[in-house]
Amino acid sequence: MFDDGISRSLRGLVAAVAVAAATLVPALAQAQGKEQYFGIPSYRVGPFAAGGTGFFGGIIDYLQYVNMKEGGVNGVQMVWAECETEYNAARGVECYQRLLKKGDLQMHIFEPLATPIAYGVLNRVDDDKVVLTQYGYGRSDAADGRVFPWVFSTMTSYWSQASAILNWISTKEGGVDKMKGKKIAHLHLDSAFGREPLPVLRRLAKDWGFELIEIPVAAPGIEQQAQWLRIRQERADWVISWGFGAGMNSTAINSAARINFPREKMVGVWWAGSEEDVLPAGDAAKGYFAAANVPSGKQFPLVQDIEKVVYGAGKGNLSDPKRIGNIYWNRGVTAGIFWVEAVRNGQRIANKRGQMLNGDEMRLGFEALNLTPARLKELGIEGMLPSFKLSCADHEGAGVVKIIQWDGAKWNSVTPDWVSSDRKMIREMVEESAAKYAAEQKITPRKC
Amino acid sequence: MFYREAGQFRTSYGQDGQIFPLRQDRWAMLALLAAAVLVVPMVASDYWLRALLIPWLIFSLVALGQNILTGYAGQLSLGSAGFMAVGAFACYNFMLRVDGMPFLVALVLSGLCAAAVGMAFGLPSLRIRGLYLAVATLAAQFFIVWALDKFGWFKNNDPSGVITAQPIVILGMGFNTPQEKYLLVLGIVVVLALLAKNMARGATGRAWMAVRDMDVAAEVMGLPLMRTKLQAFAISSFYCGVGGALFAFAYLGTVEPSAFTIDMSFRILFMIIIGGVGTILGSFLGAGFILLLPIFLSVLFHAVAGKTVDASITSAVELIVFGALIIVFLIVEPHGLARLWQLTKERLRLWPFPH
Repeated sequence: MFDDGISRSLRGLVAAVAVAAATLVPALAQAQGKEQYFGIPSYRVGPFAAGGTGFFGGIIDYLQYVNMKEGGVNGVQMVWAECETEYNAARGVECYQRLLKKGDLQMHIFEPLATPIAYGVLNRVDDDKVVLTQYGYGRSDAADGRVFPWVFSTMTSYWSQASAILNWISTKEGGVDKMKGKKIAHLHLDSAFGREPLPVLRRLAKDWGFELIEIPVAAPGIEQQAQWLRIRQERADWVISWGFGAGMNSTAINSAARINFPREKMVGVWWAGSEEDVLPAGDAAKGYFAAANVPSGKQFPLVQDIEKVVYGAGKGNLSDPKRIGNIYWNRGVTAGIFWVEAVRNGQRIANKRGQMLNGDEMRLGFEALNLTPARLKELGIEGMLPSFKLSCADHEGAGVVKIIQWDGAKWNSVTPDWVSSDRKMIREMVEESAAKYAAEQKITPRKC
Repeated sequence: MFYREAGQFRTSYGQDGQIFPLRQDRWAMLALLAAAVLVVPMVASDYWLRALLIPWLIFSLVALGQNILTGYAGQLSLGSAGFMAVGAFACYNFMLRVDGMPFLVALVLSGLCAAAVGMAFGLPSLRIRGLYLAVATLAAQFFIVWALDKFGWFKNNDPSGVITAQPIVILGMGFNTPQEKYLLVLGIVVVLALLAKNMARGATGRAWMAVRDMDVAAEVMGLPLMRTKLQAFAISSFYCGVGGALFAFAYLGTVEPSAFTIDMSFRILFMIIIGGVGTILGSFLGAGFILLLPIFLSVLFHAVAGKTVDASITSAVELIVFGALIIVFLIVEPHGLARLWQLTKERLRLWPFPH
């Protein structure tokens, strides 16, 4: 009786109804009891999946560890929900909105590990009372907590990283005065991310007298012949690799090998300094340096304990447990530590031991982050993080990096201590930029 | 049963030429608009407004522009995201550099800027067709994004390269809450969609369709080819530009040039292909499909699989299912979702009778 037309359109109708019904299904089963809810905007597919699965896996493993080992923070269980952002600004904003509320619970910390997403939600976090953390990326001037009360660039921003890298290069050259006349090439992805450190690099080039060669690479960066030809022609002494994605980074290393540019004179930003970035380049990557936020390795007591407690019980988040101790996973664990310390601090400051925190209390808790050497030892991460503290005006904290070197199989820390950036200069630049932003957006900076 | 057309007579040319000749259609459209304006802002949660409805409306607008160019005028274009970028940055710069510029005026001006750029990149269409034209418009996409990235003036020399859109103020009223932004975007989209529908139904649209079907014959018939094609590019880019400005101001709040990727251009093209090439409704349906379906799938999988399945697998499965659904829909109805709706309506007009 029904011919092709109606059965076809009916099929479409049924599909549409099924899809609409999906929205009515609750996304997180409501659990009773005292809980602190976190929304995790992870990216597990796409070109940066390796970093995303590692980082967010580390966060989830640490939250799980805190729940299992200590029963939560003063009895408050850590709960979380994930949302796939695919490293895309629009999806990230949608995930932010979706993760914001889960029944009665609201998320109060948002860490997207993606600059476009951080920018996308920057305007909303003040009203929604969500702490936006940019762990080593994003807006460098968010370090000024007076203009950005809800945004943190703990524990180092791109500007600090650039300054620290140059400080380390200058020590390798024998001092700042030896930098005069040297040629430093900034090989970067032609995007906001790649251009972010330029103000710092240009300023230092002027102050120290070295020549900065800015070499942009068009996305996706797997074709760098012309750029490396230029590096060879200009006879650059050092190359700062500000690359993005395993393709671009391993291409940079291979291209350097092809023109016999010593890998020991290349320093990568943290996006260009993970196992996944150098493994495709094989032997060519031996000797390559990177400026890491957190070193890799399983020698830290906390890492070993998480492996024993969480993975021992089969509740680990990484599908491949061999990745425990990799750079991104270690970094995720430290991010989880920041969150839990914020909860601990918040409960203490607001006198709400054993209770859920609201947005303002979480912010105060995060701002009160104070990782003393004693606390680092207590947590079992001595050497994994520098000792630093945040304050009302300083939302960055450390501004240091650890220089690591790839030996073909793993990353080794080259600097036993942390390499610092020029704190005074960076702070000056941060305050100037933040003031400009405040003027443009008509924000009155708060008093600290 | 739903469409009782007995007694509905059209006694004037005006009545015959309505967009909705059937009374039931008119009532349904009015009800839909009333619901959209009155009910949705009160009932919908912030999440629905901010993350689903506003982007859907904005991308419908851009898909409309793409449909005008590719669907009606037959000029295959892959530059829509580039024109969105022009609109977004033009609006930002107008609001920034002209004191007291009203937002709606800035919106129209940014649309006109995008139209000018669109016309410039549409010039190759006078000589080349089809896939080759697509490549030429691809150049538009990359060139525009490169130019916006390279010349810091467009971004007010912001060191990070990301501009923050100014708050929207019209006639002293701020449009900052999700409800207000939604109503503003809805108003703009309804007006522009009505304009597009009327253009498509009128002489302009017929000229476009003649050019699409066989441009040599159209030229022989006396249609000015250059004017028609450039007009299609201009109007399409106007829509994309306004969409881009709304994308920056009413949706994300911040934009950088590299947010308008070739990937976005492709998605807009897919929106009209799945929605229905050469239809107005198709733009809305296609935008809903490409934009909202992945989100529904994500919510569904998280609800069903939740913590039991590794989140990486869930994310990967979402992509697989989405791709499979695209294939299924295109096999079931190659002419798109709009055609499915058209068939449904034709059946509804007869239902419950078979013929």
